[in-house]
Amino acid sequence: MKHLIFTNLLVLGLVLALGGTGCKHPQKPVTPIQGQNPTIRSGPIAPPIDLGNRIPADSPNSASTIPQIPANPDGSIKQGDLGDFEGRAMDREAFKAYTVYFDFDKSAIKGSEMSKLESVADYLKKNPKDYVLIEGHCDERGTEEYNRALGERRALAAREKLAAQGVGAERIRTLSYGEDKPAGPGHDEAAWSKNRRCEFVRLLPKE
Amino acid sequence: MNLLLTLSAKLALNFHAPTIRLRQALAALGVLSTVLSFPATGADIQAFVLNRPAGLAERPVPISISGFSGEVDSALKFDLTIAGFTNVAAEQTAILVSGSNNGSVQGKVTDRINRAVLLSKAYSGGSLRAQAHALADDIVQLLQHHPGVAQTKIAFKVVNGGSSEIYLADYDGHNPVALTQDHSIVAAPSWVPGKRILYYTSYKLNNPDIYSHNLTTGERKIVARYTGLNTSAAVSPDGRQVAMILSKGGSPDVYVSDLEGGNLRQLTHTKEDESSPCWSPDSRTICFVSRLRGRAELYTVPAGGGAMTRLPTVGAGSVTEPDWSPDGKTLIFTVMRGAGFELATVPAKGGQVETLVAGEDPTWAPNSRTVVFARRLGGGRRGLSLLDVPTKQVKNIVQLSGSVSQPSWAR
Repeated sequence: MKHLIFTNLLVLGLVLALGGTGCKHPQKPVTPIQGQNPTIRSGPIAPPIDLGNRIPADSPNSASTIPQIPANPDGSIKQGDLGDFEGRAMDREAFKAYTVYFDFDKSAIKGSEMSKLESVADYLKKNPKDYVLIEGHCDERGTEEYNRALGERRALAAREKLAAQGVGAERIRTLSYGEDKPAGPGHDEAAWSKNRRCEFVRLLPKE
Repeated sequence: MNLLLTLSAKLALNFHAPTIRLRQALAALGVLSTVLSFPATGADIQAFVLNRPAGLAERPVPISISGFSGEVDSALKFDLTIAGFTNVAAEQTAILVSGSNNGSVQGKVTDRINRAVLLSKAYSGGSLRAQAHALADDIVQLLQHHPGVAQTKIAFKVVNGGSSEIYLADYDGHNPVALTQDHSIVAAPSWVPGKRILYYTSYKLNNPDIYSHNLTTGERKIVARYTGLNTSAAVSPDGRQVAMILSKGGSPDVYVSDLEGGNLRQLTHTKEDESSPCWSPDSRTICFVSRLRGRAELYTVPAGGGAMTRLPTVGAGSVTEPDWSPDGKTLIFTVMRGAGFELATVPAKGGQVETLVAGEDPTWAPNSRTVVFARRLGGGRRGLSLLDVPTKQVKNIVQLSGSVSQPSWAR
């Protein structure tokens, strides 16, 4: 407040002392506005990555294929690829009953959930050509990238348990959706507890 | 003397200042008299009146805006409010912003007390809205001595039904454009500094992979597609490297590579998960979140490799999604408070946390003062808002039928 009063006095004092002299009237330049930058393509992004098989629309009982990642023009596959997981059909039904649930903000596998992991491990040991995808999820009570990492940590925790039971780690793939795919609608603890989960998806042997 | 006192008292009342004591008035006049010996121009006056020390708490600076209409009027007032000004009646301020927009925008900034014209400009070309933004930026440069942000861009994520796309818009949410149409899931858009190239995560190929997307040519390249998680790409301010979160090593860790994803180096090696890397302005240090001690906290690591060091955030519980101000002084991030999220800041070396407003996932504008962030609207939806950190003025900017989040400011 004192600052404001002081500055008001200063301004006033200068007005009275100078009587308006010393003012500048700047030239009036015309500032041209540049046109819009070169257009951003707002239509389909060109060129789209060409998938050999299109992925069919997701339906609960369909087995959908993970597409092959195309090679670069020089034949190399850069920046990683999904290796032996590529080209395997997905079966969401086989392990549907074995979804594992987590406490808020935790990635540790609870003792009460271990029997489900054991069932998944048993199946995979008996069917050595099958692989598995573990999808990690979170409830919405976290920020998005934090949840994406936490969902991955949960999937990796489940993977570690399967590996500890004798399933080769190279047969287990993780994929986090963070909070992007809640199990159902609802914004209370009943709904949130169902969202904090790992789902197991059977990956069929390659043709 | 008496006249001066009367006039000064009147001005003081107009500014809603408390009654001034005679002794204080005389003391102020005493200082005044020494300054009177120096010549002063209109520019000096406005510089003195408006040059405030940079700090985290400021009052909005009163100005009076008149003469504009329609979209120009609303855009100009929006721009100047979020820049830290407040629009008041002419009698209540020394600074008048006036002009017109008959066909094109003309604007003038006047020091009412001194009757000095501080700025007088006319604009041509582009849309009226663009001209209004240009005038706002010129006013901000004049009165705050740094560039305005009214002509900058943001990118963000829009969720509709089960899929999400990356969008680009003006900083105020106008002119939104979809950059993707993949009908997949996207996340974490992040700009290459100074360029029209965006990095983001997309599940288009049934895995969270990091893409670079050249907005001018439309070309997209895969930067990281390892098994597991590839996300949270952040390009260094010097434009040479990209930090990211990869889980290929068995747990989500911070990695750094060149812009194409080559020369990959792992910077953290913890069993717990790391997330959300961001860069110091000199591109030498990366700040990120780790749950090393069992909850989300801030750490730093040298971009060239080395030990990770915890950055204390006193007074905050879980801390996520940090962003480092371009001037290097402040980290802004999200804290959980009870059932909600709040934006908060801490000095870049760590220390006491100051909470600001309800919201999450903030990103700094190039001016290290304005922030764009997401707010929860209920029912699982989010929208975008702008915050002027020093004055805490907030403006909501994007609310679409779906959910809008994860903004990134082009800088």
